[in-house]
Amino acid sequence: MDAAAIFERLQARFGDAVVTFDSGGEPAVRVNPSAIFQVCEYLKTDPALGFDCLSNQSGVDYPKRNDIEVVYHLYSYRVRHACVLKVSVARDNPTMPSVWRVWKTAIWQEREIFDLLGVVFEGHPDLRRILLPEDWVGHPLRKDFVEPTEYHGISTKRESML
Amino acid sequence: MSLLNTMPEFTVTTKIDEMLNWTRKSSLWYMLFGLACCAIEMMQTGGPRSDLDRFGAVPRATPRQSDLMIIAGTLTLKMALRTKVLYDQMPDPKYVISMGSCSNCGGLFQLAYSVCDGVDKVIPVDVYVPGCPPRPESLTEGLLKLQEKMMQEKWLVRRGEDESVAAQA
Repeated sequence: MDAAAIFERLQARFGDAVVTFDSGGEPAVRVNPSAIFQVCEYLKTDPALGFDCLSNQSGVDYPKRNDIEVVYHLYSYRVRHACVLKVSVARDNPTMPSVWRVWKTAIWQEREIFDLLGVVFEGHPDLRRILLPEDWVGHPLRKDFVEPTEYHGISTKRESML
Repeated sequence: MSLLNTMPEFTVTTKIDEMLNWTRKSSLWYMLFGLACCAIEMMQTGGPRSDLDRFGAVPRATPRQSDLMIIAGTLTLKMALRTKVLYDQMPDPKYVISMGSCSNCGGLFQLAYSVCDGVDKVIPVDVYVPGCPPRPESLTEGLLKLQEKMMQEKWLVRRGEDESVAAQA
């Protein structure tokens, strides 16, 4: 099943208010943040769709549009087709539901998005930083992140020898 | 007849400083501290083909038994704090070889927000080995350079006489 056919099934089930089709670049399905858990659960449990694998979950910062996009790359090993979901959340209050009850791998991937972009996933069992130190300030993959001049007394700039 | 001629034939004479230095440089146990791809070259250097063991250097898995720390790889700021702790756990006298561009100056990743630009910002370094990553021959050369440096050290100095040398050592 290609992206358009998957979108038609989602449209029939959830309606235009929840899902829209994004044909730019790689075709993707845009999902309303409040409904992402229900959409994911349907994509996994419906026998014709059968998305059993969340192969990647990542985040992108768009400061001009003032939103952060969370991208889900899904794959079905049973039906052998793929699908991309995109969810936009507001940059100043990035809060959206977690999908860890659908795919357990989302626990780590959502921790990474929280660490680097600051998206808060509601219902996540253990939302801590995963890569950076616990006492790190800020979310470095945001475009407006300013690198601190020092970390625990270690300066982060090296003088040029030239 | 001089004093030397009165000694038995199997006697070797040396200075105590030199003997101490020679014994210490000949059993330079290094701590396994692979942080990134340089660790692969460090394993190769410790392996049978270039064999650091023939210079008396054998790997140790704990800082408390080590004389030498080979920083092999990219040092992140998160790891820099732990590196300091591990260095402090090593018994004196202790030495550090900074292996590869990343631990020398941050290397390819020096503009990244999470990378410490050089291990010398955290702990003192004795020998810098350039390369990305350095070949086993380079690391072996670094170890031999460190051994040369160790042979220059003076431990038996009278208090007040030459404390600057003792402080460097």
